[in-house]
Amino acid sequence: MSQRAKYLVAIVGAALSTFAVVLLLVNVLQRKLEARQTHFEIVKLTEDTVDPRVWGENFPREYDGYLRTTDTERTRYGGSEAFSRLDADPRLRRIFAGYAFALEYREERGHAYSLRDQDSTLRVRMRPQPGSCLQCHASILPAYRKAGGGDVMKGFAIVSAMPWAEARRLVDHPVTCLDCHDPATMALRVTRPGFLVGIREYMKTKGVPAYDPNTMATRQEMRSFVCGQCHVEYYFRKPDRIVTYPWARGLRIEDEEAYYDSLHFSDWRHEETGADVLKAQHPEFEMWNQGVHARSGVACADCHMPYMRQGAIKISDHHVRSPLLNVDRACLVCHSFPADEMKARVQVIQDRNAALLSRAEDALFGLYDAVTAARAAGADSVALGPALRLQRRAQFRADYVNAENSMGFHAPQEAARILGEAIDYARQGQVAALKAARARPR
Amino acid sequence: MRTRLPLTLAICLGGLLGLGAATFRYAEGFSYFSNDPRACANCHVMRPYLDSWQKSSHHVRAACNDCHVPHALVPKLVTKAENGWNHSRRFTLQDYPEALRITPHNADRLQHNCITCHAELTEEIRETARGSGIRGSPRAGDIACTRCHADVGHGPRR
Repeated sequence: MSQRAKYLVAIVGAALSTFAVVLLLVNVLQRKLEARQTHFEIVKLTEDTVDPRVWGENFPREYDGYLRTTDTERTRYGGSEAFSRLDADPRLRRIFAGYAFALEYREERGHAYSLRDQDSTLRVRMRPQPGSCLQCHASILPAYRKAGGGDVMKGFAIVSAMPWAEARRLVDHPVTCLDCHDPATMALRVTRPGFLVGIREYMKTKGVPAYDPNTMATRQEMRSFVCGQCHVEYYFRKPDRIVTYPWARGLRIEDEEAYYDSLHFSDWRHEETGADVLKAQHPEFEMWNQGVHARSGVACADCHMPYMRQGAIKISDHHVRSPLLNVDRACLVCHSFPADEMKARVQVIQDRNAALLSRAEDALFGLYDAVTAARAAGADSVALGPALRLQRRAQFRADYVNAENSMGFHAPQEAARILGEAIDYARQGQVAALKAARARPR
Repeated sequence: MRTRLPLTLAICLGGLLGLGAATFRYAEGFSYFSNDPRACANCHVMRPYLDSWQKSSHHVRAACNDCHVPHALVPKLVTKAENGWNHSRRFTLQDYPEALRITPHNADRLQHNCITCHAELTEEIRETARGSGIRGSPRAGDIACTRCHADVGHGPRR
């Protein structure tokens, strides 16, 4: 190589090195800037900014996660694909006989679908529903405020009493940013009137009067309360159809059942047996409260919205989903196992609860058969009363675990206890029906 | 032309040197030679670990380097160079798995440092445990101090 060529190669080498160093410098600069200011206020957010895309201007990373809630992914027992629960377990058609859930019952999809999926379900299209449903299916706070002339609680009552189709015209977006965040400070907050009333009633049982989570809860509590706004057991109070959380006696299934019993409330009359029965909704918040994670101070968001790093920024993953789809970030930050081991432990818990649930449903079938046979043999509803009351208890328990989205994981022993009781009550009911058939007057 | 090439190269190299030095300084390169625990959080990823260390029992006595880096000069510099390269490469390329886990080699260094300070206190347990392998290297399947004393360095987990 000539002297000249050597010089040229050295110059090119120096240039390439300089190029690389500049890239590194820019990278360091970018990370430093990210650490200094985690977001920029591009648009002014107000209490009326419902559209999550506008919030996304200021918070692109969080919005990106929110958009990913449109994903379709299965876990062994759940996930975000809207598969038919009725086809997956055809026994549910008989269990829900005479109720809208026998028409269509699908696995829930992500937050971004919460309004669209309600528009399309047969439960709403074929059975008249009130505006109450929208409390949790839509970002509805501004609509409540408008309907109530500034008073959210008043608007809540007005909109809940509307027919569903009329109330639906007041809202455009599914569950969004505004529902959990204060637009001025981004602080977590709870907005759903049903939750505010429910938690206040529950805290009375703990000796705390006039509890207001927005001023009295810790940040870590809020990281569960925002989820507990909707992922709960509820009913539409009669006659005003107000969404009510049955927490005035406590959060356990017995407390909720006792509350319903005291009001003589039932969701529907079972078409086959004539029992007045309850439908569990999705009591994730209550079930989690009975488990070891709640007891250890682990919030919903810790596992369902774990922290993630993007450059120098640490954010909560707003792609809310099953932790089983994100084991590394969701579980392994606290549990030092390999991901496969972690997943295997969860699956053992879920498989055991699923097996118990299957037995509970079989036991319910035994009860239905016995009641139907007793009726055919001439037993009336009075004679069958004990059996039908036991059906109500058994059915609510089996459904409670089935409707709760974790296949028992949120509180493994509590779920197993509930299913054990479900099996027992169903078999007791079966025995009672057999007795009623034998004791009928001849 | 022939006479200008060395000059051009000199300017290029000088620029590279200056830019490199500026980058090094801007990235707070000198802090990595110190024992200041804040230096570890320079690259942001370590921020939660710095925070949790401040909630631990050891923060009054031992900082990052006391536990994670050998105390003798040469092994110290070797460890810093090795981890510095790994960390900065992965952070710059944003290529690292979560949750973060200590590497086996670094776990050995950590264990060694536990013993360095607590030699007397742990003498009996290390003697009686001879043969079960409790004394030595976590990498060899031995039980590390932090297996039980998991929160002394980075505070309690939830």
